[in-house]
Amino acid sequence: MKRSFPLRRWAVSELEERRGERWAERVGALLDEGLRVVTAFARSEGTDVIATALLQSGDGELELVRGRLDRAHGYHSLTPTHPAMHCFEREMHEQTGLRIGAHPWLKPLRYEGIAASSAMGAHPFYKIQGKEVHEVQVGPVHAGVIEPGAFRFMCLGERVHHLEIQLGYQHRGVEALLLKGDARSKAQLVETIAGDSSIAHGLAYASAIEALSGLDADPGLERGRAIGLELERVAMHLAGLSGLAGDVGFLQGATTWGRLRTTAINTSMRLCGSRFGRGWIRPGESRASADGALLEVVRSNLALMVRDTATVNDLFLSSATVRHRFQRAGTLTHAQALDIGLVGLPARACGVELDQRAYGLGVYGEHPMERTTEASGDCWARALVRIREIDRSLSWLARILEGMSSLDAVRRPVGELAAGQLVASLSEGWRGEVVHCLETGADGRLVHYKVQDPSLRNWFGLALAVRENDISDFPICNKSFDLSYCGHDL
Amino acid sequence: MTLPWTLAHLVTLLASPILVVGVINRTKARWAGRKGPPLVQTFHDLVRLTRKRPVYSGTTTAVFWVAPYVMLATAAVAGLIVPMLGVGSPLSFRYDFVFFAYLWGLGRMALMLGALDTGSAFEGMGASREATFSALVEPAMFLSLGTLGSMAGASSFSQMLTFHGADPAVVVVRVGCTIAMTVLLQVESARMPVDDPTTHLELTMVHEVMILDHSGPDLAAMEYGAGLKLATGSALLASLINPFGAGSPRLLVAAAHLALMLLIAVLVGTTESTIARLRLSAVPRYLLAALFGAVLALLASIWRTGGAL
Repeated sequence: MKRSFPLRRWAVSELEERRGERWAERVGALLDEGLRVVTAFARSEGTDVIATALLQSGDGELELVRGRLDRAHGYHSLTPTHPAMHCFEREMHEQTGLRIGAHPWLKPLRYEGIAASSAMGAHPFYKIQGKEVHEVQVGPVHAGVIEPGAFRFMCLGERVHHLEIQLGYQHRGVEALLLKGDARSKAQLVETIAGDSSIAHGLAYASAIEALSGLDADPGLERGRAIGLELERVAMHLAGLSGLAGDVGFLQGATTWGRLRTTAINTSMRLCGSRFGRGWIRPGESRASADGALLEVVRSNLALMVRDTATVNDLFLSSATVRHRFQRAGTLTHAQALDIGLVGLPARACGVELDQRAYGLGVYGEHPMERTTEASGDCWARALVRIREIDRSLSWLARILEGMSSLDAVRRPVGELAAGQLVASLSEGWRGEVVHCLETGADGRLVHYKVQDPSLRNWFGLALAVRENDISDFPICNKSFDLSYCGHDL
Repeated sequence: MTLPWTLAHLVTLLASPILVVGVINRTKARWAGRKGPPLVQTFHDLVRLTRKRPVYSGTTTAVFWVAPYVMLATAAVAGLIVPMLGVGSPLSFRYDFVFFAYLWGLGRMALMLGALDTGSAFEGMGASREATFSALVEPAMFLSLGTLGSMAGASSFSQMLTFHGADPAVVVVRVGCTIAMTVLLQVESARMPVDDPTTHLELTMVHEVMILDHSGPDLAAMEYGAGLKLATGSALLASLINPFGAGSPRLLVAAAHLALMLLIAVLVGTTESTIARLRLSAVPRYLLAALFGAVLALLASIWRTGGAL
């Protein structure tokens, strides 16, 4: 069996290093050909900056463009012609000091480092001026137990003209920490990059480490991990729907979906010992196990979720007041989604057919998973995608568990990492694609670890979606995206 | 009113904020499949709040800490005018309903000024929404109460609310007034579908955001004042739909009245459990229902008198 998600390994020595502007030209040319940028990142090497762009074709194939740029000279920004590059260029500039000419919005992405973070309070937000306009600042400290992030609304009465989002308050230096010590023992750290996507990040990390150490894909590993990933998706989609229903005061949805989420995370608890799937995945390992009796419990939990979600979905979908709240609120068009490089759930809600599970690889080749898309791009569409993905994941889980007499923990030895390699490993978490890129040096130690949560790209989608909406609808727009602060801030 | 009835009125007035809120919360809990908090939970909450030390921001002035008590006092006095037991009220005089309306208005003004005094963008937005919504329901309130008064030939609350007649036009007037008062109750006491009292999202709040910076006893005064308004509004509605009028034995009227108040609380809880809150920009259109009810009452009243008012 192959791996279930796109993964590719390159020997660094065989990569063509494009100098200066030619790197950007090549990336731009590939984007014009219809490839999609997955990530772009850079690291310093003396006065040079090594830049890497990862692109994906429509059939899931990964392409790499490698460049060696002069830090002070830099290159001409790709963002004006390819807006999807905007967050990557901001990040490269912030992390390496690489000059990027004519970038329209080159503000710090997350104020990395102690010196930089002291300037966070003075973030140069855009200003709106006029007699009848006002600005509303929400955060960075919020009233609830949510993560910190600053939102500046520029409003005309109750209408939002523009929203600027400033993040970085959760920056923990994850990428630097991942470079310390043995790369094979970083699973616990990886699981907390975004605590609600532990499995998705764990999976991408473990697959990358296995690819670097030459361990081939193993059917037992792939199957066990995919079960965890789909359970995580079901649990978090249920939590998201419960939150959406709660935010418009639709009590039945809020309580029933909330209760079912407990069933989902408790199922993970029974399988791996953690409700959030921590410890399920390690390099070379899938630790979840169940005997026949426990599998029966899992199957009956799945059946319960199928039965009860059907009832509450029906209540939600048939309620005129709910429909009125969610339809035409926070709309993004298909073109906007493609332009800004939206990924995952919100992209699919705009009709973008992007799902890393849909290439029919590995377990998803054995048990195919259809893409779930909606066309309208509003909060309603994002709720519908959640509802349908829960249905599909639950029936997928039922199919994969069918006839299984036991689920066994798998453990394969993981050797030393190969030297001078670059590996890009993806997975499809509940929010969208999770990307881990690892590069080893001549001694087999990591020289670069790039982590990317889908939140990095989707936050800008939220900012666009609330334009010309009521400011009072911001909370449901926000919940419908349900993005991670710490996943963005790393 | 005789002394025992006045005492009973006072007891009802003071206890009903706690119990009405308790019944609403219980109803919501039942719909959600939970057992719910004790009926008198609000009382415990208020006691807890009064034992806390209030916190004041450096930007606030006396307006901020006076506001809760103005609101509490106006709500309490307004509660003396409305027939809490459906059989008259301790404070009753000609055109007292105008006094009642502006007592609530004064309380609201204090609340809004207190909110603006904090200088917070949230509270300013809440005050602006409150001002818009209450301005939109005020015409409906006066139109419906005026119609009711002219039909009953009475000018005080307790007389006009307890007026009954077998005439179908009287029934239509009462139905129209009930529609108007239901919407008014939802606006004044910040309930669904106009406002969501349980939300934690500042950007969507109307009433809740204006008390966001209050704490301790000040917050308790705000909460209790809001409870008083909810209870008085329910009593108003209960009087309107009470099938027993001035001619019936007083105890029967009072018993039916209290049962109806309870029913209203259950209905409020049920509404909040089964529908989503309206989009804020759609609320003004919804408030038109109050005006519709009031105009309906007016037309029926004109029809009854053959064109003379």
